[in-house]
Amino acid sequence: MVEEGAHLVKKMEICVAEAEKRMGKNSVNIQETYTVYLIETRPIDAVAEGQNPAPDSLWRRYSEFELLRNYLLVTYPFVVVPPLPEKRAEFVWHKLSADNMDPDFVERRRVGLENFLLRVASHSVLSNDKIFYHFLKEESGWKEVVFETGFQAKADSRLRALNATFRVKTPDKRFTELKHYSDELQSVTSQLLRVRARVADRLYGVYKVHGNYGRVFRYASSIDDILEEEEHYADQLKEYLFYAEALRAVCRKHELMQYELETAVLDLTSKKQQREELATGTVRTFSFKGMTTKLFGQETQEQREAKLQVLEEQIIEGEELVKEKTVECEEFVKNAWVDMERFKEQKDRDLKEALINYAIMQIGVCKKGIQVWANAKECFSKM
Amino acid sequence: MSAGTPKSLPSSGQKSIQDISHPLSAEDSVLTPSPDIGNTTSSIGEKDLSLPNGTPVDTSSPASSSSLLNRLQLDDDLDGETRDLFVTVDDPKKHVSTMETYITYRVSTKTTRTEFDLPEYSVRRRYQDFDWLRIKLEESQPTHLIPPLPEKFVMKGVVDRFSEEFVETRRKALDKFLKRVADHPVLSFNEHFNVFLSAKDLNAYKRQGLALLTKMGESVKYVTGGYKLRSRPLEFAAMGDYLDVFTQKLGTIDRIAQRIIKEQSEYLVELREYGPVYSGWASSEGDLQEPLEGVSGCIANCSTALEELTEDMSEDFLPVLREYVLYIESMKNVLKKRDQVQAEYEAKLEAVAFRKEERTGVPTDVEKCQDRVECFNADLKADWDRWQNNKRQDFRQLLTGMADKNIQYYEKVLAFEQLELEK
Repeated sequence: MVEEGAHLVKKMEICVAEAEKRMGKNSVNIQETYTVYLIETRPIDAVAEGQNPAPDSLWRRYSEFELLRNYLLVTYPFVVVPPLPEKRAEFVWHKLSADNMDPDFVERRRVGLENFLLRVASHSVLSNDKIFYHFLKEESGWKEVVFETGFQAKADSRLRALNATFRVKTPDKRFTELKHYSDELQSVTSQLLRVRARVADRLYGVYKVHGNYGRVFRYASSIDDILEEEEHYADQLKEYLFYAEALRAVCRKHELMQYELETAVLDLTSKKQQREELATGTVRTFSFKGMTTKLFGQETQEQREAKLQVLEEQIIEGEELVKEKTVECEEFVKNAWVDMERFKEQKDRDLKEALINYAIMQIGVCKKGIQVWANAKECFSKM
Repeated sequence: MSAGTPKSLPSSGQKSIQDISHPLSAEDSVLTPSPDIGNTTSSIGEKDLSLPNGTPVDTSSPASSSSLLNRLQLDDDLDGETRDLFVTVDDPKKHVSTMETYITYRVSTKTTRTEFDLPEYSVRRRYQDFDWLRIKLEESQPTHLIPPLPEKFVMKGVVDRFSEEFVETRRKALDKFLKRVADHPVLSFNEHFNVFLSAKDLNAYKRQGLALLTKMGESVKYVTGGYKLRSRPLEFAAMGDYLDVFTQKLGTIDRIAQRIIKEQSEYLVELREYGPVYSGWASSEGDLQEPLEGVSGCIANCSTALEELTEDMSEDFLPVLREYVLYIESMKNVLKKRDQVQAEYEAKLEAVAFRKEERTGVPTDVEKCQDRVECFNADLKADWDRWQNNKRQDFRQLLTGMADKNIQYYEKVLAFEQLELEK
C-alpha cells in the first residue's frame, strides 16, 4: 500500500470534484435530501508520465467525513487534526443565505472538504493511516471497517473524561501556554469573522446605493466577484478558528494524560504506604480498618500476610501502570510537540498568504473603483 | 434697458426663438437655445450625460458691451476674457452685543469700473445685509434671475449657527452669490450692489432707500392684476418643463447622495471596529505580528480616507444641490411674473381691439405693455442662457470634483494596501 514516511499527497492526486443531491431514507426511516460529494483520486506518476487514466472515484456524504475525523482524533490524540468545513453556515451576512442547500454554500463546502483531505494527506502521520486510505478508495463497507477498529468505545470514554473537570498538579508550562494561545486564537478569529461580516454587509450597501445613480456607477458585475473573494478570505479564517479548537483539544488530552499519570502515581504511593504500615504495624494513616482493629482486636498473622500479598501484587501492577503512563505521556509530549511545531509553521504560512491575498483583493477593488469614477469623470467633462 | 421700436408681437408662441430679434443683440443668428432646450428636456433621463457639447463661453449670447464678455466663471479660468470687478467673501467673525450674537463676513472688492469711486473696498457685512441686497435686486430687476442665497433660518436646536462647519458652508454660499451678481452684465451695475460693496454704513443707506421708494416708482412694478395667460410661448413653456424635470432629478440625486453618506458612515463605524481586532490578534502572535499590525494600520488609514470623502460630500456636494433647488424656485417665480406681464399685455390688446375708434391714448398703453413683454422675454432668455451655462459648469465641476474625490479615496486606499503588501 503506502510506504512509511511518504506523504500520500505526493503519490496521489486527490480532489473533491462535484456535489450532488440525493434522496434517501435516514436512520429513522424518513425521506430526506442530502448532498454527496465525489472524491476522485489518481496516482501522480501516471499523470506526470503523460497518461491520463480515469480517476478512481466514489461518493461520500458529510457525515462520513465527520466519522473519519472522529476516528483520526481518537487514534492520534497528539495530532492537531485538520478541521472540517462548518456544518451550518455561520457568520453570514445579508446577501448570503444560511441555507445548507444553497448552491454557493455547497460549493464552498466542497472546497473545504477537498482542503481537509489534502491536509490529512500531507500530514506525516495521518497520511499513513489505513482507514484514511480506505476512505479514499473503497466506497462500500468503509463504515463497518471503521467501527471494527473499536475506536468508538475509546472515543466515548475519552469524551467523558475530557468533559469532566480535573486539576493537574504539575502542569506542563508549554502546554498551558499553548492552551492559552488556542483560546486567544479562537476568540480573536471568531470576533474577526463577526466584524468582517458586518463590514462586508455595509460595504455591499454602499455599492448598492451607488448603483441608484445610474448606469455610469453600476459596480454591479464586479460586486459579485468581490463578495466571492471576501467569502474565500472568511473561509480561510474559519479554518483556523476550527484549527484553534483542535489545538485546544490536544492540550486537553495532554492534561488528561498527565492527570491520569498523576492519579496512578498517587495511587501507587498510597498503596506503598499501606504496605509499609502493614509490615511495620504502625498506623500512620487513619483507616476504618485500623479503627475496627483497635476496637475489635488485632488481626491474625495470616490475615495480615494475605493482605500484604494482595498489596504487593497491586503495587507491582501499579508500578507497571505508572511506567506505562509515564512512557505514554512522554511519547505523547514528544509527538505532540513535533506536531505543534509543524502546525505553527503551517499556520503562519497560511495566514500570511491569506492576508496577502486579502490585500491584493482590496487593491483590485480600489482599481475598479478608480476605473468607474474615471469613466464617470470623462462623461461629466463632456457636459 | 428697453430700446428699439416695438416689433411685431412674438408672444403668440408660434415662432421659434430665432425669429425674435433681441433689442440689444448684435447677432441673433447663432442662438442655439431652442434645439438646446429641446435636447435637454429629452435627455434629462440620462442626467446630463448626453447634453450637447456646450462650450463654456457662449459667444452667441445677446447683450452688448464688454461687460457681457465677463462671462460668469466661478473658477479662475478666464478663457482670455477680462473682468473688471472682483469680489470675495471671507474672514467670518463673531460679534457679541447685548442684544444679539451674530457673524459678519469681510467683503473685499477690487475694480476698475468708473461707477466706483475707489479701486478697492473692504467692508463687513452680515447675513441680513445680503438678504437685503437680494430683495433690492429682485425689486429693481424683476426680469432677471437673481442668484439664490443660502437658507435664512436654521432650527436653533438642530444646527449650531456658530459652528465652524456651518459658518464655512454659509460663507462659501455667500461668496458664490456675490460673484454671480458681480459677473452678471446687468445686475453688477445695480446701484444697490454698488452701495453694498462700498458703503461703510449700510444701515444708513437702507433707511434712506425706504424713504425714496415711496417717492419714486424706481422700478418697473409689474402689477399682478389677476390676468390670466392663455398660452405660454413655446420656449418659455419648455423652460418651465425643464425646470420641473430638473427639480425632480435634483431631488433624486439629493436623496441618493444622502443615502450614500449614511451608508458610508455606517460602513465607517464597522471599519473602525474592524482594524483593532487585527491589532489584538497581533499581540498574541509571533511571526504573524507584523503583517497583522500592517493590516490593522491599513484599515485605520482607509477609515480616515473614507471619513474625508464623506465629509467632502456633505460639505461640498450637497450644498450645491440645495442651492440649485433654491435657484430653480426663484426662476419659476420669474417665469410666472413673465406670464403675468404677457397676460396683461394680451388683455390690453384685446381691449383695444374692441375699441377701434380710440387710437391715440390706449395704444401707448398697449405699446408699453408690449415693450415690457419683450424686454422681459429678452432678459429672461439671456439670463436663462447664462444660467444654463453656469449650471452646466457648476455641475460639471461638482460631479468631476466628486469623481476626483472618490478617485483620490481609492488611490489612497490603494497606496496603503500596496505598502502593506510589501511587508
